[in-house]
Amino acid sequence: MNDHSPKIPQTLPRQSATFTNEINSEIRRAAATGIYDIRGGGAKRRVPHFDDLLFLGASVSRYPLEGYREKCTTNVTLGTRFAKKPIELAIPVTIAGMSFGALSGAAKEALGRGATLAGTSTTTGDGGMTEEERGHSKTLVYQVLPSRYGMNPDDLRRADAIEVVVGQGAKPGGGGMLLGQKITDRVAEMRTLPKGIDQRSACRHPDWTGPDDLEIKILELREITGWEKPIYVKIGGTRPYYDTTLAVKAGADVVVLDGMQGGTAATQDVFIEHVGIPTLACIRPAVQALQDMGLHREVQLIVSGGIRTGADVAKAMALGADAVAIGTAAMVALGDNDPHWEAEYQKLGTTAGAYDDWHEGRDPAGITTQDPDLAARLDPIAAGRRLRNYLSVLTLEAQTIARACGHNSLHNLEPEDLCALTVEAAAMARLPLAGTNWIPGAGGY
Amino acid sequence: MQTFDLEAEGLRALNASLHALKGDTNTTAWEIINPRGSHAIAVGVDAPLDITVRGSTGYYCAGMNKLATIRVAGNAGPGVAENMMSGTVIIDGDASQYAGATGRGGTLVIKGNAASRCGISMKGIDIVVHGNVGHMSAFMAQSGNLVVCGDAGEALGDSLYEARLFVRGSVKSLGADCIEKEMRPEHVELLRDLLVRGDCDADPSEFRRYGSARKLYNFDIDNASAY
Repeated sequence: MNDHSPKIPQTLPRQSATFTNEINSEIRRAAATGIYDIRGGGAKRRVPHFDDLLFLGASVSRYPLEGYREKCTTNVTLGTRFAKKPIELAIPVTIAGMSFGALSGAAKEALGRGATLAGTSTTTGDGGMTEEERGHSKTLVYQVLPSRYGMNPDDLRRADAIEVVVGQGAKPGGGGMLLGQKITDRVAEMRTLPKGIDQRSACRHPDWTGPDDLEIKILELREITGWEKPIYVKIGGTRPYYDTTLAVKAGADVVVLDGMQGGTAATQDVFIEHVGIPTLACIRPAVQALQDMGLHREVQLIVSGGIRTGADVAKAMALGADAVAIGTAAMVALGDNDPHWEAEYQKLGTTAGAYDDWHEGRDPAGITTQDPDLAARLDPIAAGRRLRNYLSVLTLEAQTIARACGHNSLHNLEPEDLCALTVEAAAMARLPLAGTNWIPGAGGY
Repeated sequence: MQTFDLEAEGLRALNASLHALKGDTNTTAWEIINPRGSHAIAVGVDAPLDITVRGSTGYYCAGMNKLATIRVAGNAGPGVAENMMSGTVIIDGDASQYAGATGRGGTLVIKGNAASRCGISMKGIDIVVHGNVGHMSAFMAQSGNLVVCGDAGEALGDSLYEARLFVRGSVKSLGADCIEKEMRPEHVELLRDLLVRGDCDADPSEFRRYGSARKLYNFDIDNASAY
């Protein structure tokens, strides 16, 4: 028996590193409800990421470009392999697919406005194409998803590019989810579903299985659209070397590769946190696959999942990406999780920055909702401007780094410009640990 | 009638020719010869054409069809009439898997049998199958009608939404949340019309109706074992 006399020094209460307060709270929640936790967003756990890389910059061996005087190009062309009309973007930062249904119509409009002002593309989602986003998006990518909600040949032809979604980083192997609170009359009509049901999309496409079928599916899409549109294939980060190889062999013009930090509108927390691999671990195998086929730069690679800063953009491109896509960061730029709404986040049992119950449709910022009163809080014009500003900053930051490394184009950034801060990041990104020439795993050790 | 030799002139030329035709064209009658199982024949047509394919087709024949009447004088490969919007597609022989997948409108008539997943995720299309359908047919079917004059395979109508299923023969098993429902007079009338459009002389009174029990429309932990 311990002596708890005040005269005896006491050991401080020790929290378990295994059964943390957060874990225990989830156990209690599960015990009370009997159902898994559903949330939006991407992986929140700490994983090796772009923060674990550094640029080396120029010195004696390389000379830099003048930051305010010498040009550093940012434009990118996507779909040069087969499409008659590749898309031209002024910046290599695109807006990832997010559905009307998951987002309000005004939020979709804001994404289109911001992307268009910045000279880049935005993307539909698991709910079809809305007039808001088509009307305000100069360049719009139309997703072909397993659910095929809202799919029709007219919208295929109105799109500037087509993205066949095989998977996404937050839930590779999983389908979409939209709970009944957000299945309003308009969403239900677009998706041909009863109002108010909990909608669970399929995880497999209804009319093809495997890469051989995918090749034929892509052929059909090209025939319907007269071989004009670039065809993207989006994959979640799982086996990036093989999945990239198969997507390219199936005929993709562009591969979109989404790591586990990439967000979703809603799925099980256990899926988000435990299936798929970090974005950092995806890029080099995918680039290797393209290089092994002799198609790096001919088939473009778009990387997404946790892109937040111009440094992230530059690092992804230095590792071999042609462009990046942002989703969560774009939502934050619109106003998601803004401390301005802290009092309302508190009422929902959360706090600004942690709010992820996007599926419930009660978003104080009016973005992930179909509630007309909440949605009215978002001014799509002002939000679009904020997104444009943010995209401009990403681009300027990436240019700053590229010039510092001596490059007159973001696309001239290369792995040799980088080093890693941790052994894990060095191994995943196939870069030397800072201050050494050691690349873990290279050379057999 | 326009006769198009697919083997000689190629798929791109065929679909480009069909897409160039608008609703007021006089060139409405087309015959496609030598299909030899090619994929994506007559996809994305958007005009009231009357197209006959002389032989069997590969994947996605008549995919996303609007307005046209397309007949396959042979068998059809996977995904025939996928995501059809309107018009009529008739298969004289058998159809492979995913026939009419995600179809949103129009009528698909299969004179022979259809393989697995016939009418998967259908969203308003009417499908009339003179023979049997394979397993998982009408999986996640959202809207429209599937008529099966023969037998249905395992897990018919699994995770069904509001589509209506009519089967004359046996059903090997029903999928999650799919139940037999009362065949009321309005259903008999609906089925009679579907059979006429499907060029089928079966007696509507011989059919049973199946639909969603609607028990899985919303999450309920007590239903977790249903899947």
